Amino acid sequence: MESVNAKYVSQKISKTRWRPVSHSSLQQPDIFATGSWDNEDNKISFWSIGNHGSSGMDEGFEGDPQLLCEHKHDGDVLDLQFLDQDRIVTTSSTGAVTIFRHHQNSQTISVSQRWPRVHRYPCDNAPCTGVVCSSPEIVTVGEDGKIIVFRADQEGVIRVIENADSSTIHAVTYLRTTEILTCILYLDDVLLPLHCVDRHPNQQHIVATGGQDGMLCVWDVRQGSTPFSLMEAHSAEMWEVHFHPTNPDHLFTCSEDGSLLHWETSTHSDMPSFLQGGRNNSMISRSAMAPAGGNQSLISTWLSGDSSKGRLETTHMLPSQTLSVNSLDVLGQCLVCGTDGEAIFVNRQVPV
Amino acid sequence: MEELDVEPAITNIPAASDGKHLGFAWGPGDILAYETLYMAPGMCAKGSGCSFIHEVRKDEDIYSPILRKLFNESHHIFVGLQTIREDLPSKNKKTQFVSISKNYRSVIRACMEELQQVAASVLVLQVSILLAIELIWNLCEVLFIDAAPAGPLLLHLLDWVRLHKGDVDEKAREVLQSESPAEHHDYWDVVVSYVLQGRFEEARQMLVKQATLQPAARNMYKLMDTLLSKMPFYNPGGTQTLTEFDVKWRHWHEEVDRCLQDNSFASNQHLEIICKILVGDEDTLLEHKELLSTWYHFLVTRLLFCHPTVKPTELHYYAQSCMTMFLDLRSVPEPLDSILLAAFEFDIHQVIKDCSIALNNWWFVAHLTDLLDHCKLLQSHNLHFGSNLREFLLLEYASGLFTHHSLWQLAVDYFDNCPEFGHVYLELQIERVPLDTERKALKVLRICEQRQMSEQVRSICKIMAMRALRNNRLGSALSWSIRAKDAAFATLISERFLQDYCARGTFSDLDLIDNLGPAMLLSDRLTFLVKYREFHKLYEENRFSEAAKLLLSLITAKIAPRSFWMTLLTDALPLLEQKEVSHSAHCALHCGFGHDLCFILQ
Repeated sequence: MESVNAKYVSQKISKTRWRPVSHSSLQQPDIFATGSWDNEDNKISFWSIGNHGSSGMDEGFEGDPQLLCEHKHDGDVLDLQFLDQDRIVTTSSTGAVTIFRHHQNSQTISVSQRWPRVHRYPCDNAPCTGVVCSSPEIVTVGEDGKIIVFRADQEGVIRVIENADSSTIHAVTYLRTTEILTCILYLDDVLLPLHCVDRHPNQQHIVATGGQDGMLCVWDVRQGSTPFSLMEAHSAEMWEVHFHPTNPDHLFTCSEDGSLLHWETSTHSDMPSFLQGGRNNSMISRSAMAPAGGNQSLISTWLSGDSSKGRLETTHMLPSQTLSVNSLDVLGQCLVCGTDGEAIFVNRQVPV
Repeated sequence: MEELDVEPAITNIPAASDGKHLGFAWGPGDILAYETLYMAPGMCAKGSGCSFIHEVRKDEDIYSPILRKLFNESHHIFVGLQTIREDLPSKNKKTQFVSISKNYRSVIRACMEELQQVAASVLVLQVSILLAIELIWNLCEVLFIDAAPAGPLLLHLLDWVRLHKGDVDEKAREVLQSESPAEHHDYWDVVVSYVLQGRFEEARQMLVKQATLQPAARNMYKLMDTLLSKMPFYNPGGTQTLTEFDVKWRHWHEEVDRCLQDNSFASNQHLEIICKILVGDEDTLLEHKELLSTWYHFLVTRLLFCHPTVKPTELHYYAQSCMTMFLDLRSVPEPLDSILLAAFEFDIHQVIKDCSIALNNWWFVAHLTDLLDHCKLLQSHNLHFGSNLREFLLLEYASGLFTHHSLWQLAVDYFDNCPEFGHVYLELQIERVPLDTERKALKVLRICEQRQMSEQVRSICKIMAMRALRNNRLGSALSWSIRAKDAAFATLISERFLQDYCARGTFSDLDLIDNLGPAMLLSDRLTFLVKYREFHKLYEENRFSEAAKLLLSLITAKIAPRSFWMTLLTDALPLLEQKEVSHSAHCALHCGFGHDLCFILQ
């Protein structure tokens, strides 16, 4: 395994996301955005790893990320998503939602649109904790328990769902184009907040979540309120979980304990994986219930039952003893993550 | 009180008006100063006062974006150093320590290079400070950590000097790129510099160019070339002992001396100078002060040509005399000079002390002392306040980090590695971290929980719960108090929930209450709340007999607050009319109802 180099950037990274590449091209992603937190002056920045498809370099990890441009951001960047090739949406600890536009020609960033203080309490601002977008629609959630819907080109707010919960909503994701799934807490002997959620790219009923205790849970949203399988993943809060967008047998999680895990399910039988459950040998799994009879053929390897023949492997992807890994993103063969040690790690040869 | 080592520096506060009386207050890493209304007798009011509060910081370095990388990277190295196992054989440990020392130095160099690229005038000072730091660290690595014996010692010192005198290569490049290098006005300077640094290969290559220009003097150049090529250098990996090397070297030295006495180079002034240098003539060396530029270069060069088998314990004699010879009597020794001298004298404590005074940031002394401590080089030197030197410096450094809005997270690991006082310091400091978002609060909580700091956990959860309560986020407040296992607060919040119910007739935040599980046992009031809500659920689902049983147990268990008894009894009424309620339950309800009704009416 090649070594992963750290690039120290003098700001604690709270979120990092790859710029989406068009599906038709086979290019690897080359630009990512980061947001910082806990600084007096927070920033969003765009970086390039110079991966323009041509390989002048063979092994692929030379070349630190280069800073393209950056812009001041008011408050901590609590979440960040790419709206399209040029625009990102960020949510702030001041309760504001902002769209920034990256001008590629001049390498500058400008504020395209801003909704200040959309998440708030009667007498104070509420941090806006999560955003998800499907251009032009944007949905945000916050510590005030509201879900707010915007459109990228319109000034005002389209819809506010007040009091969606009396607790903080930590994360949100699209389930289908008209449904969103928010993440608050779940029960398994102890009440624990969930911090992150991600939907399986192909099978929309499968959702993975990570929580305060570092457990990775895989749910089938059609089948009730207990997770399908629970796996002990980390020893501290799990901050982000991502299915690989094109190869969903791979899952990535990162945590406060400073580790970034790469989960890979595989089955070694002649049956195609979508016809079997996957079994994990190497992590503790308590599966809540077997798939209720019926249609076995669409069960994903992630919904594990005891009687299956698959395997689940995990590998650590970072050198040990880093501070909390706050965010990760994976696209193609490239993985980027940011830590509280003010370092960015880029791995261009993720084995997927 | 002890005497001060140096006079305190005076800092002017530019924005404060002249002659005003300033008040001040200490902060964790800085001072707040403000103008007061006090007027000394004899003063008259001079215009309006300044309404600002000035923050005076001693340490600006932690706010520099480039130097931040230094702090983060060195934190990583520090944490790795602490995990080196004690039971490794000392030889392996020494190689590891040397490589860690080199890691630290490369981090310093990386920062320096980046600062140089930025090229702002204000950073020139920072660059020179980093250069000095790296110089000192490198010397400490050579003398203390690597602890080379006589023989390799000189080689390491040569490397040290060569690393820190980069302008020779620049000049050489310039000369070589010119049309006729041998006629460049800096040509001989470059050759002499190479010789002074013991870089004979390069010197010989340069001399060849001159030799081709002067065919008549070919023999002289050949002789010089031979002398240069035959100078013995000690080979640490070889089979030659130090004594054998010494013999060979003396032999060579005599040969050079003979050449000098024979006036072999008398016709070429430059070669004559080089020959004198080779024989170690002090006066000639001193004539080239400009090329040497520092007394420690002079020291190493002198050792190279007079005493290459110098022992570590002899270093300080030579160091002292070289410094005296090199520096003018008038010039004041700079702090750097006395630090280096103390290092040559193997006085580690003096080095650390002088560095602490000279630098405004504890970074350097803390990390260096920690490394030296791991090498078991610091005698236990108990300071007045009980902890040892290493711990003291680490605590000071980490406390400084804690004042930074972002770098406080690094400080936690430093405190963890201070066995005596680290925990206490951490307890005091962690409560002062401002908690703007829940995510930050969770991180701080995780730090406290991992170190069993239950007081701090409780206090942080209470802060967050109060904040949630103030913003009417009852569910959030409840989860915080459950996390803190704070029964009193949970009771308070349950009361609010119940009040809410009385006011509005419905519950808010149902999914939280419905899913508490065993956490509901935290407080009686909370248990009541959950069970009451369960009663409502059962009722809505028309499971009347179960509802009745539950209500009965609620009444008999007497965990309901007094204010709720009326409500409970009112809830019981429709149940009494239901047919499904079992007979015994009926009776029990009647009794309970009656009993409590009497009680209430009393």
